[in-house]
Amino acid sequence: MSTVPSLAPQVRLRHDAARGQWVLLAPERVVVLDEIAHAILSRVDGRATIEEIAAALAQDYEAPVTEIVADVREALEDLHRKGMVRL
Amino acid sequence: MGLLAELTHRCPLGCPYCSNPVALEKRGDELDTATWQRVMREAAALGVLQLHLSGGEPAARRDLEEILATAAAEGLYTNLITSGVLLDRARLNALVAAGLNHVQLSIQHAEAEAADRIAHFQGAHARKLALAEQVREAGLALTINAVLHRGNLGAVAEMIALAEQLGAGRLEIAHTQYHGWALRNRAALMPEPAQVEESRRIVTEARQRLEGRLVIDFVAPDYHATRPKACMGGWGRRFLNVSPSGAVLPCHAAETIPGLRFDRVTERSLADIWYGSEAFNRFRGTDWMPEPCRSCDRREVDWGGCRCQALALTGDAARTDPVCALSPDHAAVAGVLAEPAGEALVWRR
Repeated sequence: MSTVPSLAPQVRLRHDAARGQWVLLAPERVVVLDEIAHAILSRVDGRATIEEIAAALAQDYEAPVTEIVADVREALEDLHRKGMVRL
Repeated sequence: MGLLAELTHRCPLGCPYCSNPVALEKRGDELDTATWQRVMREAAALGVLQLHLSGGEPAARRDLEEILATAAAEGLYTNLITSGVLLDRARLNALVAAGLNHVQLSIQHAEAEAADRIAHFQGAHARKLALAEQVREAGLALTINAVLHRGNLGAVAEMIALAEQLGAGRLEIAHTQYHGWALRNRAALMPEPAQVEESRRIVTEARQRLEGRLVIDFVAPDYHATRPKACMGGWGRRFLNVSPSGAVLPCHAAETIPGLRFDRVTERSLADIWYGSEAFNRFRGTDWMPEPCRSCDRREVDWGGCRCQALALTGDAARTDPVCALSPDHAAVAGVLAEPAGEALVWRR
């Protein structure tokens, strides 16, 4: 089954210039993103499937796609539980 | 970092649990449009990410759209905290066009009659329900906010169901915090311990059941706790409040603290006040702390609790929050809870 993740309505990916980091902004929530989380979320566009996102990351980071797909799924499921990502 | 911009203290509702000061600021003392717009630019430059437009009722300001547009252009995530009764579809659309992200809509109860009685405004509840639907149709994020007290605590399950039905993405269920009008009405608002426990159980169950569909933030009651909250995430750590007339406060109730001078945005820049003002440095960090906070393992968890609560319960804002069971003043909380329940409510006006 191929899941297409998307940001929940009015969740914004933004660069926080004052602190030099990427953040996800949502109602009453600021999630500071590490490099991997940012790499994943910058590819979440409401069209790409989890597998496609993982494949792109596997290429960029020269890592096995089977490992990456599990990490991507876990990260997105965590954000889903927080109400920031739709799966 | 968040900024709460109290654009006005004017509000058509009369909720007795309001945390605005008992002496409300007058319309003639409110900051003008250009000053609020400058505050938005200064806030963004300071590193503020989240803006909460509040009051009073922020929609009582005719220039809300202009202030909002400036904030959105600066990249702030914009949240409108509203009673809903002054907004119709046309005004909401204007706010969407100005860049609004999120609406936090208050409800007073799950049933119209009881809700309107608490709000002291006939027809308020029906207008809120209509607005919730319009907010969702406009594609905005919707939070329902319910402040809990003895008069609506029995309807917690129904209020959760209402938030679900309205399609909210987030529900904030907050026990009354006793500042301003709420402090004046404390005896009539204070719930029974059994009621508090039951509401906690209902919220915990709902949170699990609705995970991934509805985010529920629960603000636990202070007086029924044994450890204090990190009020505002700690004094001067990640939050600032600008009052309608431009006083910059570490929390919205801070003006009750005697002897503190609060600088105004009309006198100094926001950054200058944040880093350099006497008021923001007075209780920042841990150096100000008395025992038992000073040597406590939790000193950088709860930051000593709430200064305004320490003031309200002990007369001294510099003492440990008496909500903490380790505080030498903890008996003051039990004293309040043992007071006979009051009946008469004073409506905010």
